[in-house]
Amino acid sequence: MDSAAIAEHIPRLRRYARALAGDSHRADDLVQDTLERALTKFHLWRHGSDLRAWMFSIMHNVFINQLKSRRELALDEATEAALESAPQSDPLQLRDLDAALRRLPAEQREVLLLVGLEQLSYIEASQALDVPLGTVMSRLSRGRERLRVLMSMSGANVPDANQATNLKAVK
Amino acid sequence: MSNITETDLHAYADGHLGDARRVQVEAHLAHNPAATESVRVWREQNEALRALYNPVLNEPVPQRLLALRAPSRRWPSYALAAGAMGASFALGWMAQSHRSDAFVEAAGLPRRAAVAYAVYAPEVRHPVEVGADQQEHLVKWLSKRLGSELKAPVLTQQGFELVGGRLLPGGKGPVAQFMYQDARGQRITLYISLRDAEPRDTAFRFSQEDKVAVFYWIDGKLGYALSGEMDRVSLLAVATVVYRQLNP
Repeated sequence: MDSAAIAEHIPRLRRYARALAGDSHRADDLVQDTLERALTKFHLWRHGSDLRAWMFSIMHNVFINQLKSRRELALDEATEAALESAPQSDPLQLRDLDAALRRLPAEQREVLLLVGLEQLSYIEASQALDVPLGTVMSRLSRGRERLRVLMSMSGANVPDANQATNLKAVK
Repeated sequence: MSNITETDLHAYADGHLGDARRVQVEAHLAHNPAATESVRVWREQNEALRALYNPVLNEPVPQRLLALRAPSRRWPSYALAAGAMGASFALGWMAQSHRSDAFVEAAGLPRRAAVAYAVYAPEVRHPVEVGADQQEHLVKWLSKRLGSELKAPVLTQQGFELVGGRLLPGGKGPVAQFMYQDARGQRITLYISLRDAEPRDTAFRFSQEDKVAVFYWIDGKLGYALSGEMDRVSLLAVATVVYRQLNP
């Protein structure tokens, strides 16, 4: 049980983390933190429920915590600038799917990936993200539309939603 | 056919509809080119995502991820907890309705921890009740008083040595405070308070209480706060180590 059951999910957690976090090192850090937490909290998992959905909910919490601590440090540290994705104005990059994902707000990226990549049902996604079903649907709708615009545009400047959130968060 | 909502269109694109509804959506799409185009784009996005990230599934899993094991020394408490509280935890996960309460409750923690830091950290002669020379006794004593097995993290690699600890009154009973000091005499404290609410976890959070920086979190029935008069980044580095040692 425990380790083995959890280990089975590592490849899919890594796929999701890669899409979510972008860079592969940071993605594996995310997976590692998620696994550590899952192993420590394994007794919280309800036997018979979907272990994978539970793991996604843990990863979501770890991911959000990481975003928060990054944001809180954002103005303190010059080095932090390197962690934040640099503004991308190169039209070639904009057409790149991975780069476009970076420019979605994290909450829309999560829904888009859980549904589109991981093929979770909308209800599973709402449980994993701890938001109402209606919120999942509106994030999905906005995320898909934004991704469509990002992928179809050539060089015009789309405001970076993550930067906007950062500015708001640090005031 | 106008009762087809945007949610139906998404569910259609994602393959989540039953047969009957799918037929209805298809009839709707037959004379709605805009909706048809949306569905096409969304499916294309799904396919592109899978094409881009599916190769990760076939990559060898890094050793550091495979090396993780369940912390075995925790199993006895698991066995008890699983029986007694398994149901409430499971419900908690399904409903997740208590999280905001935990955040509200957690908000008082950094303030109390910062005050305790401000009172005892400048103390020259009596910074602690029990010194690090009696560490085993100190940890046992505080664990007994809080009714929970505590650990004094080892922060030598971060340049901090344990000075000792003390028992403090908290809003809901006893609180433990461990104090550390680096070579320059800079002090940090780990404030551990017992919660009487149902066990849960919160995010790792930061609060600046006047001059005192505090990282705090709730883990199960204990609330932790690491305080110091230092910059956030340096304190975060120490807090991360503390957290990892307490959650092996």
